[in-house]
Amino acid sequence: MKPKVAFFDFSSCEGCQLQIANLEERIIDLIEVVDVVSFREVMKEHSDDYEIAIVEGSIQRPMDELRLKDIRSKAKILVALGACAHTGCVNKLRNEWPVEDVKKEVYGKANISDNPYFDVFQTKALDEVVEVDACIPGCPIDREEFIRIVTALVAGKKPSIPKYPVCVECKKNENICVFDLGKFCLGPVTIAGCNSACPNFSHECEGCRGYLEHAHMDAQKDVLKKYGLSVKQMLERFNIFNYRKEGY
Amino acid sequence: MSQKVDINLHHITRLEGHGNIVVNADNGKIEKIEWQVSEAPRFFEAFVRGKDYDDLAHITSRICGICSIGHTLASLKATEAALGVEISEQTTFLRKLALHAENMQSHILHVGYLVAPDLFKVGSVFPLINTHTDAVLKIIQLHRLANEMSDLICGRTTHPIGLVVGGFTHVPTLAELKVLKSRLISSLDIAGQVAEILVNNAHMFPNFSRETEYIGLTTNNEYALYDGVIGSTDTGEHPVKDYQSIVNEYVVPHSTAKHSKHKRDSYMVGALARFNLNSDKLTPMAKEIAEMFDLKPISFNPFMNNIAQLVEYVHSVEDSIIIIDALLMRGTKTEEPIKIKLKKGRGIGAVEVPRGILFHDYTIDKKGKCIKANCVIPTNQNHGNIQKDMEAMVPTLLDKPKEEIELNLEMLVRAYDPCISCSTHYLKVKFV
Ligand code: SF4
Ligand code: SF4
Ligand code: SF4
Repeated sequence: MKPKVAFFDFSSCEGCQLQIANLEERIIDLIEVVDVVSFREVMKEHSDDYEIAIVEGSIQRPMDELRLKDIRSKAKILVALGACAHTGCVNKLRNEWPVEDVKKEVYGKANISDNPYFDVFQTKALDEVVEVDACIPGCPIDREEFIRIVTALVAGKKPSIPKYPVCVECKKNENICVFDLGKFCLGPVTIAGCNSACPNFSHECEGCRGYLEHAHMDAQKDVLKKYGLSVKQMLERFNIFNYRKEGY
Repeated sequence: MSQKVDINLHHITRLEGHGNIVVNADNGKIEKIEWQVSEAPRFFEAFVRGKDYDDLAHITSRICGICSIGHTLASLKATEAALGVEISEQTTFLRKLALHAENMQSHILHVGYLVAPDLFKVGSVFPLINTHTDAVLKIIQLHRLANEMSDLICGRTTHPIGLVVGGFTHVPTLAELKVLKSRLISSLDIAGQVAEILVNNAHMFPNFSRETEYIGLTTNNEYALYDGVIGSTDTGEHPVKDYQSIVNEYVVPHSTAKHSKHKRDSYMVGALARFNLNSDKLTPMAKEIAEMFDLKPISFNPFMNNIAQLVEYVHSVEDSIIIIDALLMRGTKTEEPIKIKLKKGRGIGAVEVPRGILFHDYTIDKKGKCIKANCVIPTNQNHGNIQKDMEAMVPTLLDKPKEEIELNLEMLVRAYDPCISCSTHYLKVKFV
């Protein structure tokens, strides 16, 4: 029997789900190995009977929290799909402001207080609400990594993501380091796995895949040393994708 | 007409974001028809305050994964207008290619993966893989090409990397553009075949029309996508700076997305609006596709938006070939980044994205930080029109079985290709 997989989304841009459509012909291979029982964006059918729940988006409201807990209770394995689910992504930038302030800024004087749809709290990543078994990082996710992680889960294995920084991939790709172009790159402290997508385009890494917790790789030390930077300085630099991450 | 109809479709499928349809009728008397948007609001305009001018595009790109190139371009145009930055001709050409790639990707995804299942009476594209393998593979081929075009121009298919204030961090080589051109040329044949398949099933679209206003960018020299002035089928042309008096956003109690109205109770934006305003400027094969489906301006049938998307797909391919030819003639080079002098200012960027006209409006302080932002998203402009269409359509359906009413209403919502995840929003608020 093929494992039953269901996709769910919360606050997000749906760009990570789009990467699944962007697998093109390989979607066909995917549905050979899993049975997709729910995927609101692309199918009408829905079933509550699933083993693997793949969840995109951040949690912003009590009603979302309940829905996520319900998904958790039905799923054997819960996977966080993309940065919104994994770190809270840009949605967490809202946490710089009190909830009442952002409501007023966006909806003005409209009377929205009775409407539960507007009942937001400070943005949370999935693991602040339920236990998460695996993460597929990135904004958006990397399609190859998605296949790799889902294949591992289907085979009953524990999936893993790289434990080295983007710099390692970037050096392998023989890019000119963007520090030499006068830009400030988060590659040294960011989890690899995107094949250094941004530096490949002479753009600084913005850390969308999340901070690398164990900062011990040589490539990382090299770059930091070369440009006279500390990990702390790096972390202070940018919080677009990692708002007030612990240790920050 | 003596039945009781209670429809409560929660989280309509095969669309981006969360929306519900509620209809209550008793004995032919309609008590309630509501198009509700339940998506959690995301407050982008509130949290970009205080952010640096050169981070705005990468943050606001995350409003929508499907229109991330469009949001990036509207954001860059607004920022550049606020700071008085002029971009090069090469940048303009490449931005137009990026926008075409997104238009192609989004339209073929919608028509091929999300709408086609209705025409073949199935719940998703998955069963079609077995029953209509060849057609599905053709659609995938077109979708893949659009995505690979984004990869080449933007560095990625979703959330473009290389598009920055003033230009590009990386430009394609002439050799890469030549390969892209030949692939685009051969895709036109495939697009024609896809159109043939769809034309045989187009009778599945409900035959429904309702007069309304259509709004979109318009310009004299081309089918407006990247730039233009605001055009209306009711009131003619308006400068972009007057956009707030066109969109008139207001909040309704049952929805987290704002609604809009201009001359009438509601208006429509998107491929059909652009077609109704600018069809004479379409490329030749795009015009042929429109004829094939008997699509003529002004079409008041919202279901024809699906067909207008197919027409635009072909237009985007043909126009991209013209742009690539121009780039091949003049060459491409990595340009020096434009020197930016920080100053206080306000700028508005208007771009046509797959679902319609999009505005970003920023005020930037003298240190280059954003202090006020407003983004008016196409789908929000369409919500009012969806509601009015439902009100006109439901009475014609009341004697039909419940499933058929539901299917018709779902197809109606889907025809607008709503992208509800963009619920973000600030503007003058009115009460209804
Ligand atoms: S992680 Fe990024 S691409 Fe994925 S859903 Fe969130 S905003 Fe979109
Ligand atoms: S700092 Fe950035 S550009 Fe430099 S090597 Fe590391 S990832 Fe590449
Ligand atoms: S280079 Fe950095 S910002 Fe770019 S995709 Fe990779 S992790 Fe994300």
